[in-house]
Amino acid sequence: MIKATHELHDRRKSRNVGVGLVLVGFVAIVFALTVVKVTRGDPMQAFDHVVRPEMEVAQ
Amino acid sequence: MADLSINAERTYEPTFGDYFALLKPRVMSLVVFTALVGLLVAPGSLHPVEMFAAILFIALGAGASGALNMWYDADIDAVMRRTAKRPIPSGRVERQEALAIGIALSGIAVVMMALATNLFAAGLLAFTIFFYAVIYSMWLKRSTPQNIVIGGAAGAFPPMIGWAAVTGDVSMASVLMFALIFMWTPPHFWALALFTKSDYGDADVPMLTVTHGRKTTRLHILAYTVAVAGVAVALAQTSVGGPITLVTAVVLNAMFLLGALRIWRRDDAAAESDSYLVERKFFKLSLYYLFLHFAALLADAALSGVMA
Repeated sequence: MIKATHELHDRRKSRNVGVGLVLVGFVAIVFALTVVKVTRGDPMQAFDHVVRPEMEVAQ
Repeated sequence: MADLSINAERTYEPTFGDYFALLKPRVMSLVVFTALVGLLVAPGSLHPVEMFAAILFIALGAGASGALNMWYDADIDAVMRRTAKRPIPSGRVERQEALAIGIALSGIAVVMMALATNLFAAGLLAFTIFFYAVIYSMWLKRSTPQNIVIGGAAGAFPPMIGWAAVTGDVSMASVLMFALIFMWTPPHFWALALFTKSDYGDADVPMLTVTHGRKTTRLHILAYTVAVAGVAVALAQTSVGGPITLVTAVVLNAMFLLGALRIWRRDDAAAESDSYLVERKFFKLSLYYLFLHFAALLADAALSGVMA
């Protein structure tokens, strides 16, 4: 059985945990920015196969 | 038995901290503070999440340019005592890794800045990274004793980027915030160069103290201190200034000018006799100088209720 007692494993672990946290943080920021941008953006309506005059561009 | 490890010649396994050190975290604190002030005193406002993202990606861009600087300067960093412990010369991180990290983080920082705020701020951030990594590190640092002066511009951009993140443009106030850091950098560094035993000479980096002598350096410190005093008082007259900025500018610049005059009036024999006490005091003051100026701008903004 191999026992991970070498100092090298601690270094590797620090790197893995660090990169993991950075990635989670990055995802959180992109998500938060998306929520903010979408909430503050222009009102949006999706086309649902029914004519809605209010969606038409004014002539 | 065959060695099955991917990188057999590598004896050191870098930690996360070794990579983080490539981003020059201590320089980053100044960048974060001045960018935050630029952002907070600008007319208009950002959502707190956008504000946090803007500051984070300005800091990341600054860190990326630090990594590119360490990649390019690994040879001279190894020669100088102050920089010999950096990740690359000490053998903890490989040069190519620093290059890869620098390029990748630059791209992420600029693209995310554009998405979080606007294209103009992102463009300024990209230019700052280019300026520090290419114009300063690759070109001017090794070729002219004015390297500190021009390199200082890279450190002066953050408040302008913070301002641009909110407004999408430049203004007199943001240019003067830039000018304050730009003019402050030479006296700050040259004072340090006077009292630290220079090993820039060993690394063949032209420093004013070596190329033009210490007497000329003392004169240059005085000249830039006069210039920065003008900028500081002018900044207090702009839309971001106010009574607190003006009082801070007058008091701090009187002290700064006095220090520069003392440095100019004495020679190295006098400086040796008190182990560069005047130069050391001036350098210490220069650290407070920039911090207090930007803190004063923030205080004036709070006073006038801009920070709604």
